[in-house]
Amino acid sequence: MFQALANPQRFMDFSRWAAPLVGIIAVILIAIGLWLSFAVPEDYQMGDTVRMVFIHVPAAYMAMFCYACLGGASFMGLVFRHSLADAAGRACAPLGAGFTFLALITGSLWGKPMWGTWWVWDARMTSVLVLLLLYIGYMALQAAIDDEVKAARAASILALVGLINLPIIKFSVDWWNTLHQPASVFRADGPTMPAVYLWPLALMALGYMALFGSLWMVRVRSEVWRKRANGLALQAAG
Amino acid sequence: MTMLDLDPGKYGAFLWPAFAISALVIGWMVVDSLLSARRWRKEVQRLEALRSDMKDPSRP
Repeated sequence: MFQALANPQRFMDFSRWAAPLVGIIAVILIAIGLWLSFAVPEDYQMGDTVRMVFIHVPAAYMAMFCYACLGGASFMGLVFRHSLADAAGRACAPLGAGFTFLALITGSLWGKPMWGTWWVWDARMTSVLVLLLLYIGYMALQAAIDDEVKAARAASILALVGLINLPIIKFSVDWWNTLHQPASVFRADGPTMPAVYLWPLALMALGYMALFGSLWMVRVRSEVWRKRANGLALQAAG
Repeated sequence: MTMLDLDPGKYGAFLWPAFAISALVIGWMVVDSLLSARRWRKEVQRLEALRSDMKDPSRP
């Protein structure tokens, strides 16, 4: 399937119906997730701020997932020179930057009432800030170099180097003494979070994932059209 | 039907801005993606129409 969709025309045919369908699924999942977010009881320690978990954690998951996709697309572009790989990477970056920004802002708004501070330079928060800078650097590099092939190559190398940040983010709370709490969902001994909070969290995380999938397809379509328009403009000029 | 708890009390000053900013950023992602796709699709259509006009000598 991956090989088939690497063909731009096949991708355009597939995404024409898949993007809106996945978008509708995202809206349904997020709507139910939001409803449940305010239907669950407040936490005995965190009070009503526990509802932050349903927007902060999915945003943080997606920040890392988008970067993994960006790294994968960059690898495919550099090694196999797939025609859609650059478009796939370009489509990931602004969405990933948006989710990373949300993870940082919602985390800060959660940190103030719980920890008494908006920000500390602990390993988890600093590594997520580095992730945001990597997204911005990728987009800036793409925009700064006129030759699109050279721009794609330079940005892909940056994206691949930045992949080292993903395990640092994930394990920062285990490797260093951080203010940020350790993992409470994806753990070897199972989630420590009460089941009543896991359902809305799972729905919101799936909703964010579906939203990314839909918007990613829309943005790849946009990239395909942009390249076609640039080609047509060159033909008209020549 | 389950009652919604929409009164976060003293935490409202933190909770509502977090949800509002999330809605704004996600809204920006949706609008920017759709507008960009529409812009480039229209540009392709315009250039293809221009090219077919140039290829057809019978047109004035």
